[in-house]
Formats: sequence, C-alpha cells, structure tokens
Amino acid sequence: MSRLKMTINGAAVDVEVPESRYLSEVLREDLRLTGTKIGCNEAECGICTVLVNGTPVVSCVFPAFKAQGATVETIENLSQDGSLHALQQAFLDHGAVQCGICTPGLIMTAKGLLDRKSAAGEPVTEDDIRASLKDSYCRCTGYQSVINAILQASGQDVPPYLPETQEPGLAVGKAQPNPNALAKITGSARFTDDYKFPGMLYARTKRAGVPHARIRSIETSAARKLEGVHAVLTHEDIPGRNAHGVVSIDWPVLCGVKVRYVGDAVAIVAADSEEIAAAALELIQVDYEELPAVTDAIEAVKPDAPLVHEERPDGNLLKHIKVKKGDIDSGFADADVIIDQTYRTPTTEHLFLEPECSIGVPAGYVPTDFGGRCDALAVRGETAKHDKTTIYVGSQIPYGDRDQTAATLGKDPEEVRVVATLMGGGFGGKEDIVGQIHSALLAETTQRPVKMLYSRQESLLVHPKRHATIIRIRTGAARGGKLTAVEATLYGDGGAYASLSEKVLTRATTHATGPYDVPNVKVDCFALYTNNVPCGAFRGFGVTQSCFAVESNMDMLAEKLGLDAVEFRRMNALDVGSETSTGQVMRESVGLNECIDKVDHDMRSDDFRWTWDEGHRRFAWGVAVGYKNTGLGGGAPDKATAEVEAWQDPDKGLMAEVRISSAEMGQGLPAVLAACAAEELGIPTERVSVLLGDTDFCPDGGPTTASRQSYVSGNAARLAAKEVARQLAIAEPAARIKVQHEYWAPKTKPLGAGGDMHVAFGFCAQAALCEIDMRSGEVTVQKIVAAHDVGRALNPLTLEGQIEGGIVMCIGYTLTEHYIQEDGVPWTNVMARYKAPSITHAPKIVSHIVEHNTAAGPFGAKGVGELPSIPTSSAITNAIYRATGVRVRSLPVDQDELLRAIRSGATEVELAWGDVKPIPVINFGGEQ
Amino acid sequence: MTANPTSRWSSYHKPETVEEALELLHDYDGSARVIGGGTDILVEARRGLRRSIDAMVDATGIAGLDTISHDQDYIVIGCGVTHTQIVSDERIVRYGACLAESCGVIGGPQVRNTGTLAGNVAHALPAGDGTIGLLALGGEVEIASTTGTRWMPAKDTFVGPGKSVIDRHREVLTRLRFKPAGTQEGSAFHRVMRPQGLCLPIISMAARLAVDGDTITAASIGMGPVGPVPWFAEPVATVLVGGTTSTEQYEKAAEVALDNVTLRSSKYRATSEYRATMIRTYLPIILARAAERAGANQ
Ligand SMILES: Cc1cc2nc3c(=O)[nH]c(=O)nc-3n(C[C@H](O)[C@H](O)[C@H](O)COP(=O)(O)OP(=O)(O)OC[C@H]3O[C@@H](n4cnc5c(N)ncnc54)[C@H](O)[C@@H]3O)c2cc1C
Ligand code: FES
Ligand code: FES
Repeated sequence: MSRLKMTINGAAVDVEVPESRYLSEVLREDLRLTGTKIGCNEAECGICTVLVNGTPVVSCVFPAFKAQGATVETIENLSQDGSLHALQQAFLDHGAVQCGICTPGLIMTAKGLLDRKSAAGEPVTEDDIRASLKDSYCRCTGYQSVINAILQASGQDVPPYLPETQEPGLAVGKAQPNPNALAKITGSARFTDDYKFPGMLYARTKRAGVPHARIRSIETSAARKLEGVHAVLTHEDIPGRNAHGVVSIDWPVLCGVKVRYVGDAVAIVAADSEEIAAAALELIQVDYEELPAVTDAIEAVKPDAPLVHEERPDGNLLKHIKVKKGDIDSGFADADVIIDQTYRTPTTEHLFLEPECSIGVPAGYVPTDFGGRCDALAVRGETAKHDKTTIYVGSQIPYGDRDQTAATLGKDPEEVRVVATLMGGGFGGKEDIVGQIHSALLAETTQRPVKMLYSRQESLLVHPKRHATIIRIRTGAARGGKLTAVEATLYGDGGAYASLSEKVLTRATTHATGPYDVPNVKVDCFALYTNNVPCGAFRGFGVTQSCFAVESNMDMLAEKLGLDAVEFRRMNALDVGSETSTGQVMRESVGLNECIDKVDHDMRSDDFRWTWDEGHRRFAWGVAVGYKNTGLGGGAPDKATAEVEAWQDPDKGLMAEVRISSAEMGQGLPAVLAACAAEELGIPTERVSVLLGDTDFCPDGGPTTASRQSYVSGNAARLAAKEVARQLAIAEPAARIKVQHEYWAPKTKPLGAGGDMHVAFGFCAQAALCEIDMRSGEVTVQKIVAAHDVGRALNPLTLEGQIEGGIVMCIGYTLTEHYIQEDGVPWTNVMARYKAPSITHAPKIVSHIVEHNTAAGPFGAKGVGELPSIPTSSAITNAIYRATGVRVRSLPVDQDELLRAIRSGATEVELAWGDVKPIPVINFGGEQ
Repeated sequence: MTANPTSRWSSYHKPETVEEALELLHDYDGSARVIGGGTDILVEARRGLRRSIDAMVDATGIAGLDTISHDQDYIVIGCGVTHTQIVSDERIVRYGACLAESCGVIGGPQVRNTGTLAGNVAHALPAGDGTIGLLALGGEVEIASTTGTRWMPAKDTFVGPGKSVIDRHREVLTRLRFKPAGTQEGSAFHRVMRPQGLCLPIISMAARLAVDGDTITAASIGMGPVGPVPWFAEPVATVLVGGTTSTEQYEKAAEVALDNVTLRSSKYRATSEYRATMIRTYLPIILARAAERAGANQ
C-alpha cells in the first residue's frame, strides 16, 4: 500500500492503495466514482476514458501511480451546481444516449476535444470529431447523433436530426429523450457492476477450455482450501434442475458428464476478491477424455458425425424447418431467368459494451450484518433487506431468469426475485442465462451477496452469437419481371446448445423469399448442433442472414432481365392483398412501396448516376429492401401485463407510473411506454414515470425480443392507462387508481398452418452509396438513404436512434465483423480481434419514416428494433457489384479477395476474411 | 484463457533522473521493467502474458525527456514524448513528415496521448508504425545503462519480433533523434490496414528522398512487416539514388523491394500476394509524395 495523491474533479484526493492499481480501479473501487465504465480492459473500447491533465486517456491501462500528482477529471465533474454541461445537454437533445454504457467515455473524449479546440480558438469540425472519437466505441447509436451533439455543444447551431413524422398527439409521436438518459449522461446511472453490497464476494467460473470431452473427474479440494475462498461448487452441489434454456432445457448449469463447447461451465468459485477467485480456478483439476468435435454445420448432418447430445433421437439435427407454397417445379418452369447461388454469412458477436454481470443476494440478507446501513424504506439496492433470493442483472427476460433460477435452486418461482438493472446493450445477446443462476447458487451457499462479472474475454467466449449460415437460393422470374419461384436451403450452425436456434432459423426460413409476392416457394432449413459456441438471438433474428442471400439474387436477376433494380423490386413488392410465403394474406399496413419510392426519389435526385470514378476511387449505389415480423408469432401466445397507477399531486396535477417487467437495453422503451400511457391519461409524458423489471413489483412483460415490446407492452400500458382514465372520470377527485391489464396480441398460426403467422410486419428500403478504393480494395460506406415503415412513430427521437444504430450494426456485419473459431476454439478471444464499426465507419444517414398504421398496434405502431439491421449488407454488396463487377458471396467483405478479383477480372468472391475454405456445394432439400 | 488479474507488478516507480532509473533497474536485477506509456506492455499484462515483473520503472517522468528539441544537427525526441506531441509538433511535421504521419496512425487518440515513440521502437515489432517512420529518417536512439550511454542507429536495435538489443529490464532508451530534412528533401508514409480483426498493419512503408532537379540524390526507406524485424530497405535506396523522380524509377524500386524480401501470408491479416500488390501500389505513391515534398522544400 502506498499513498497516491491526485486532484480528482477539483478536489484533492489522498488514498492508500497498492501500487499495482490501474487508474480505473482507483476511481471505481477505491473512490466509488462508478461513472467511469469498463468494457474491455484492453484499451480497445474507450468507454473508460477520463481526462488526465486535460488529456483523454483510457483509464483501464493507465497505472494509477502514473497519475501521481496529476489532475484527473471524470464524468461526475461535468454538471456543476445542478446545471448540465453543454455536452450533456446536447447528448440529451440529440438522443445520443441509448444504453448509456459508452456515454461517459464519449462525453469525456469529446470534452478533451472541445477544451483543446477552444483553447486554440479553433472551431470544431466533423472531421475533428471523427478523429478524436476513433477509438471511443458506441454499439447503439450509429454515431450520427453523437457527431451532431458534439457540434452543437461546440456552439454550432445543429438541431437534432429528426425525420418527418405524423402529427403528434399529446404525448405519442413527440420527440422525447428517454427518461433514464439524464442519469446516464451524469454518470449516476448504475449498471450491475456499479453495485457493491456490504459483505459481497466475487465469483469466477471454471470453463471447459476444450470443445468436446467427457468429464472423468473434477477435483476441487485444493481450491476450497485456498485462503479467501468461500465456496467452490460443481454439478454435485445443485439442489434442483441442472439445466437451463430459453426454448429447450438442454444447457447444464454446471457440467458433470460432458462439456460441449469451450465456454461450458464446470465449477464456480466465490471468494473475497476476484484475484483469489481467479487463483482458485487454477487449482481446480478437471480430468477430461477428449472427444472428436464437430464444428461445421454441414459436417454435423453426416451420419458418422460425432454427436453433441447423444440422447437426442435426431442426432445433431436440432430442427428441420420447412416452408412450402404452390408448386416449385411449375414455378421454375414458368421462369425465363433463374439465378442459383450459394452464400455464406459469418458468426458474429453482439459486442454490447457492458459485459455480463449478475449479483446474487441470499434470502434473508440484511446489510447491517456486514457493517452496511439498512434503510427500512428501501425496497432494492445495497441498503435494502432482501427477503427472497434476489438477482440483480441486466437481462432481456427477467421473469424467465427468475423461473429458471428457481428451478435450479429447487425453489418456487415466487421465492426468487429478479431486479433488472440498466443494461449496457443487449441486441439479443442477453436473453440466455449466463451468470444469473451461478450468482444465486453461490449467494445461497455462502449466505453473502455474490458478484459474477464477466471479463470481455469471457463474454466473447460464453454467450450465444449470431448463427453462421450457408444459404443456397434459386430465384426465378418471368421475362416481364414477375417472380415465379424461390427455392432455398439453409444450414445454420446452432452451436452446442439449443438457445433460440429454432426460432431464429425459423425466421430466416419464413423470410427467405424477401418481402415479395412469390407464388411458388420451397425452403428447407437445417438447424444443427455443433461443438461451437452456441448461437441464439441477435438483432435481425435470422432475417439478417437470409436477406443477404435474397437481395443479392434479386439484383442479379434484375441485371439479367435488363430491369432497373428498384423497378424490379417494386414490381414484386408485397402490398395489401398479397400473400407471404407462409400463406398470410396482408390486409393492412404494408408500407414497402412507399419506402421504396422515398429511397428511390432521394437516391435519384442531384444528377444521379449508379456509378462513377474520382481518381482511383469508384463510387456506386446499391439498393435492398427488407421486412421483419413484429412479435413472437407462429402460434406462440404473446402477452404482456402492465400496471398503471395514477394519483393527484397537489402541485403537478395528475401523475402516473407504469410498471412492467420488460427490458430496456437502451432502445428507449420507457419513453415509449410513458407516451402510450400519457396519451390515454391526457397528460404530458413528463408526468409518467416507468418502473421496469422488478419481478416483485412489475407484472410480466414477456421477453424483450422479436421487436415486440413497443407493440405488446405498449398496448398493455396503453390499455391499462385507458382503464385508469375511465375510472378516474368517475372517481373522487383525490382517488389513487391502480389497474393491471393483461394484453394478448392477436392470435397467430403456427408455421405450416397458413393464415396469420404474425400480427404485423415492418418494412424498409435502403440505398447505400459506397466508395471502393480500386488500388487496395478497401470499401467504405459514404451514405445510407433509408425508409422504414414502422406503423407509427411513437417517439421519433428514440426511433431514429434505433434506425441509425441498426444500420451501422449491419455495416459492421458487412465490412468488419467475424467471430472466428478454429475447430471449436475461438480465435476471437479478445476484443482486439473483433472490430465493431467505429465512428470512422459511420456514414451519413438520411432517414425517412413511413407510417402505415397497423390497427391492433398501440396508436398504429409496429416493431422497429431489428428492421434497420436487415438489408444494409446486401445494399452494400450490390453497390460493390455495380462498382467492380464482383459479386460478394461471403461476409464480411474481404478487401484482399476483392482486389484479387477486380484485378483478375473474376466476377465473384466466395472467401471472406477469416474463411479458410470455399463455400461448400449444398443440395436443395438437404444432403442425402 | 481469460484475463488473469494476478498479472501485476508490486511497485511502480517514476524516477526523475536517468541515474535514478538506472539505479532502480540495477537494484531489481532484471525483475523490473521499463515502461513508457504502457499501451503495449499493459495490454499484455492485462491478458496475463506478463507474470514476472516485480516493478515498473516509468521512463516518462524523467526531467527533460518529455520534450522535443531542435539542436544544430538533429531533432531530438525524449523518451517521454507521446505520439500526440510528435504529430502536433510543427518541426517534425515540416522536417520529418513521415514520422508525424506514422505516429498519427497509431491506435486512437487516447493511445497516442500516452504511448511513446520510445516504447514503439523498444517494443521492436516488425511493423511498429512510428518505428517505420523513424527508420526512413535514418533515426538513432540513445541507450543509457549503468556502463554508459551510447547512440546507435535505430535499425540496429532490432533482433527479432519483440526482441531488441535494448535490455528493457536494465537499460533505458532515453532519446531518439534524426537529421531534419534539408532543402530539397522530403518524406512520406503510408500504411494499409483492414477493418476486421487485429490492429496490425498489412504493410507499413516510409520513404525519405533528397532530390536535385529531377535526380534523386539520397534515399532511405523503412518497411514492415516484411520479415522478423522492421526493414531498413538499403537495396531499394540504392536503386533510387542517381535515378530520376519518375514513375518508372519508383516502380523499379518496388520490384527491388519485392526481390529482397520473402513476404508471408499471415492468417487473418493478408496473403503474401496482397502484400506484394500493396508494395507495388503504394511504394511508388509515397516515393512520389516524398519527391514532391522535397521539391516544395527548396
Ligand atoms: C488500441 C491500441 C492500438 C494500437 N495501435 C497501434 C498502431 O496502429 N501502430 C503501432 O505501431 N502500435 C500500436 N499500438 C501499440 C502501442 O500503442 C505503440 O507501440 C506505442 O508506441 C507503445 O509505446 P508505449 O510508450 O505505450 O510503450 P510501453 O507499453 O510502455 O512499452 C513497450 C515496450 O517498450 C519498452 N519500453 C518503453 N519505453 C522504454 C524506454 N524508454 N526504454 C526502454 N524500454 C522501453 C517496454 O519495456 C515494453 O517492452 C496500439 C496499442 C493499442 C492499445
Ligand atoms: S478501453 Fe478501457 S475499458 Fe475498454
Ligand atoms: S449508447 Fe453507446 S454503447 Fe449503448
């Protein structure tokens, strides 16, 4: 221990800390300034940025004692005397805050820039911002709002970018910042890792480290004896069910017999510190009999493939999903032109910037037992008494977590409580159980709160990813341009456990015609178990994959038919009256043609050319369209219950609170729910507060997935509020009224039954202007023109944030991202090996909103969370084709391969960065 | 597999003089490590790759070594100087453009605000960007040890990937220097990256030329990764000197470069073929740019 003196946020600080500390640790742990966030501890993400002597540095690799005597400034210093710093205000105004985990880092980096520029008397330009924030990542916003906010904060007159939308009501349709944004810009917002309970222990997990093996023995005695270790648990210590899963319960909580992927959990440890827990892991000996691994979906179907789950009747086949409509043979007989191509899409990683963290608190926990303070009125947090086993976690499915944890603990669901903390991004990657059950098990064993925080590296290894797919697709059209048939076969690598594979790949299958009226369809999809990292939900939910194949084929067909790419799509676009591949007749709310028109009009203004050269740089436009279901659909009961309570405040008038266990990942759900309730109550949104995701206080909103929350929970909140309003009208003036409403989305039909498989669909069209450096093959996206039919824009500000963020995420999918595994072992084991788009990849985005109201949606709204992340990839590769004559069949685009093709005159590339072998040849209907 | 939080040092020293630093290193007898900005070594430490360090000896607090100076013959850069300082130093931009350009592409601003050129050179990676820029300028480094202080050409410090003649447990790279571009001299740098995966260059190249009319009178070139150590491309310089500032001459230089190296395909980074194409494409471009700058520097 040594003395460390610094001036932090204007105050002299003098602390005794070990010399091995990093600055981020002194700030967060010793000084409890938790506004500074941690995303990687690798100097990659930038969210830990603080100013040291006025200069932005990443505090996670900055030795604390390097800052001896220095002046340090953190986010906590920015708002003075209750008024916000210009940057904070601008981030709020522009909706540049979504999940908020990156916000302190972005703001501090930007402050470094603004301070430097104003000292030099220079104006701040967009280029300055892009250069300064190059290594300050945000996974949510897409950066456009961030750039505009910083320009505004520098004193320029830059209004928030808001597309034109329908006339707003009292609350609905108004651009409003998310209610939790204020806490996020000041650094006071608390994510799970920002909690520190008195007496808390730290947990770590022993991972398999091998992709496939039988466990001979697990030896934990040495680890148990290590000083500071409180518990070491294995499968033998599980009181209840040793398995979990969001769809099928096939994933061991702690493996006892076999491990099926490198990230499988074998033992868990709780100790006084993370260091001790880590040391204990090294003392655990697991004796494995290694088994041959199957790490490729197409290998996995073969009869002699190693079996991932021996007990399953279908071998490694998790599911064969089929879509059939019309007569495929006659459809192709009617076609004059046919395109038959095979595509490959990569495994990708959500890279939410907040790694997973859960804190388990044992039933009967009283903070005073550990020297803490107890506040009789507190219902949650460090000063509250906890009657039940409680888990603090940023989760997409709070009730699901509760029930699954209860099953493993051998308890009744009512004996477990989940408190949903703020989530630093989810994107589908926080639907499965990761540390929730483990932290609860350790908490109950040790009778202490236990924090299970994953490092970035562990997060990369453990949670389910986006499915890698191989898609063969044959599209036929008649000479005039009408589509006659689509046949497709998809292979999806589901990894070691079921997770959401069945659902995700069903969506890939049902959307495999694109949003077109196709009379004859046959699609087969094979979801396979392998010994790779499991795959599950990821924004776009399978449709991102199939859209790449569909829209690539569509462009090739248009070319062969000699038709304009946009016109060809228009001719076949779904409209009211047309029928989807699953036999659903569209009765309303199909804004696809309007989306196409808007994008086409914009793209073709100002002396339009599809492609042109500027020196060695070639520019080209590409277009693509997409659609995505709203809600679970497929016959799954889809419901949400909301509680709305209203009361009269003597000063402010009628006030209300909406309570529902739905997840806010930064997408702006609280703002939407508040608006829905406010509109019905006839009061401004500011007077409605929203409490999300405490299973003891909030009824179940269902999973936050499938772009369903605005629709389902929005309706629940709206209808509960409507009933409150009705009762208020006849109640006494001072009455306090509380209503719960259980909302059921319209019934849907299962796949294969025809009829309405989904309650609604969102539609979109996007055009990408790309630049290809013909010397190096480097591709950049200059501009995206987009139009999205969202039914109704409930909150244009948060909606635009979803659109911009979704588009940039899909640019990453196309150009930068690939989670690579080598024989079941991730090569992508550090963040430095996985590049999400940075601000330097963010294009200018021009966004149009189309509002074809859907009758049963809240005020006409449909879902939007996933839609923008669907067509961007093919818009980009279609532009690349136009520029170079090279068709990209594998993502992400590889400049090395692309340049080779350009120079050799080849017309396609089938290897993407990280691929080692060509795309295999697959047969329609599966391998026999 | 996951980061090992136990990979830490016990003591952190921030000496104010070179003598003090050397004494500390001497006392630790090999178990201490010199640290600059820490942007290389701490990322390794965070990943649990560095277990045997008892103490860090921070070289950035040494008085007088945190600045850039211009004496009669040299521009001298102290070991505490960050990439940000280099990029924004007008003398370096003017008299050593390729160094400013090469330090300017390193990491992001936060990394450049702490990372040092000394650390980049001492780290001895085959394609440290600042290193490549310094090589083309014919840069030299000063190494201080208990037995004395010596200047040596930067190019002679590299032994293998990550291996340097500088004993980073006992010696301090105290200063770096290069001769500023005179009249009719200019330099340029270019790097090719890919947007995926590892933040390591596909190819990084820097050139410095002196011209007289349209004749090249002197040349020096730095390049990497083309082998285990950054390459001071003497054969390329030789073919350029005496030639004209013409595309043909530059293309010939690129061919000579290719004749003298065995390019490797590195997994997930680049094929050797792509590397070769990038050398053929960009070496002529930076040579032309350096010549143009030389012309402007009359
Ligand atoms: C996100 C990120 C991106 C990066 N991008 C790039 C890039 O694009 N290009 C690039 O070239 N590098 C890059 N780097 C690597 C690194 O930032 C640079 O190499 C930097 O110049 C290292 O300097 P430093 O002062 O931080 O070195 P340190 O990490 O402090 O030290 C590096 C090595 O040099 C030794 N050393 C340091 N100073 C001295 C001295 N004075 N005397 C003797 N030995 C010494 C250390 O012992 C250590 O072995 C990146 C790093 C990160 C984290
Ligand atoms: S850069 Fe420090 S936490 Fe990511
Ligand atoms: S708001 Fe930036 S990462 Fe979520």
